[in-house]
Amino acid sequence: MSKAIFNEKLTNEEKYDHFIKRITEGEKIEADDWMPDDYRETLIKLISMHGISEIMGALPEKEWVPKAPSLRRKLGIMAKVQDEMGHGQLLLRVAEDLMKPLGRTRENIMQDLFSGRLKFHNVFHMEAPTWGDAGLIGWLVDGAAIISQTNMLDASYGPYARALKRICAEEVFHAQHGESIIIALAEGTSEQRKMVQDAINRWWEALLMFFGPADATTTGTSKQDTTIKYRIRTKTNEELRQDFFTKYIPRVLSLGLTIPDETMHFNQEKQQWIYEQPDWSRFKEIIRNNGPKSRERLELRETTYHENQWVRNALNMAK
Amino acid sequence: MSKIDIHQMDAAFKSALTDLLYQLADDDFILAYRGSEWLGLAPHIEEDVAFSSISQDTMGHASMFYQLLEDLGEGKVDDLAHSRKAKDRRNAILLEMVNGPGHYLKKPQYDWAFAVVRNYFYVQMKKIRMDSLKNSSYEPLAQIAINVNLELYYHLLHWRTWFVQLMQAGDEARKRMDAAINRVFDDFGGVLSLGPLEDEMSKSGLIEPEEILKKKWILVMEPVFDSINVSMPTNFGMKNGNGRKGEHTEDLDTALSILSEVYHVNPAAAW
Repeated sequence: MSKAIFNEKLTNEEKYDHFIKRITEGEKIEADDWMPDDYRETLIKLISMHGISEIMGALPEKEWVPKAPSLRRKLGIMAKVQDEMGHGQLLLRVAEDLMKPLGRTRENIMQDLFSGRLKFHNVFHMEAPTWGDAGLIGWLVDGAAIISQTNMLDASYGPYARALKRICAEEVFHAQHGESIIIALAEGTSEQRKMVQDAINRWWEALLMFFGPADATTTGTSKQDTTIKYRIRTKTNEELRQDFFTKYIPRVLSLGLTIPDETMHFNQEKQQWIYEQPDWSRFKEIIRNNGPKSRERLELRETTYHENQWVRNALNMAK
Repeated sequence: MSKIDIHQMDAAFKSALTDLLYQLADDDFILAYRGSEWLGLAPHIEEDVAFSSISQDTMGHASMFYQLLEDLGEGKVDDLAHSRKAKDRRNAILLEMVNGPGHYLKKPQYDWAFAVVRNYFYVQMKKIRMDSLKNSSYEPLAQIAINVNLELYYHLLHWRTWFVQLMQAGDEARKRMDAAINRVFDDFGGVLSLGPLEDEMSKSGLIEPEEILKKKWILVMEPVFDSINVSMPTNFGMKNGNGRKGEHTEDLDTALSILSEVYHVNPAAAW
């Protein structure tokens, strides 16, 4: 608070220098602190996309919640998807505080989602046609999420860093939940085994895309330089993807499953994984809401948002 | 009545106990399933988190009741939950009814007013039932009732809050709530019913008689209606039949085929 008051007397340039000094020294920026406009905008974009992705991410798994094959699995996946909605809520609250000075609210977030202005994560545009996909989402998609979120645990923006801490702790359970489903299938009947291998084949490209393109030359834009400059994250997209390979490729292989990329190998000399690039033009199409399930899931969210409008109206009246 | 263990049971006691457990398990199981269809579709994100937590609890309760049935030699819990036919289910019909037109993945026109009223009225009855079961002559059931009760406190608080708030919101909300109340009352008799073996259940000290439980429900609910200046309906109907006798609707058939789809790929496999 004392810093905020002190800041009022400074020029914008001095405020900026002071801000950079604070984050360089590892201090956390709080919601009411002065911050550069592009820092705020970057955070709003990043966090609202993260939050809405958690919420849209509930939809591919939602299909499998009522269908889970045993009481234990039903309870597990119910808890898991509930956590995801909880993460969405936590993150949207962080985004809402950042948007407040700009006069924007959660309603804007929802409308931006429906209009396509606010994008959600590429993986949640994909199909999840079998129980194997439900397991794989928990195992590898949440596994990838842990890697990308751990990278921001020390983010310069305090409220985001604190939310991520809680989220990452829960994601670990999700990855275990997913792994447990996958192990049961991989060690089960040939039909169950096929279910999980098909899911890996189906999800592989989306998992490569998960971390985003290596640099802006691939898709035209990349926020990673800004987020690294502002100490929101530390590693690049490619470094994260490599971490993901290092952690999960041995696990996939140890279950007797295969990776659908014959060129995939670890190059000892370069100390990195060599792999076939996904089709990045397809990635751009997917996040523009032209993925296999983009329209359907947006429609589901939008239908239900409108169906329930009367409830929100009633609550607003009661305020 | 002294507490009874599994080895001393006579046949009449055992069939009354088994029937009661099926009612308790099937009620919670199907309502938790209906709750899980709402996942991601609730009026706001906070409610999604709360409602799915309640559905999880409810599914957990079903699982505990099915476990008691497994312990009595009725079969494995997962088979009891997933493979019994509709005619063998003992849940009240009100709890199997769809959330609204549409599918849980496609154009769901789910009715939040119906969700609030159905859940609130049911949970209140469940609470009264658990209070009674705390003194059940079947000790394992009494133990579970104590644990279930701890969670019902929150479920009740949640649904009562919604009920009162939406009833007082006027206009469209009130119209929808009134319609939901009528629908729920039309079949609430099925929730209150303990089925054909009710006499044996109360005689053997498993649970209090239906009439007494019903009076307790009215006694708790009337002041809530009074507080919002609404007179409580008194017609506890069974418009769509009595689920306690194995009478059910198509809604249950459809639900069972969805919830057991993966299980039926191979019921013998480990999942």
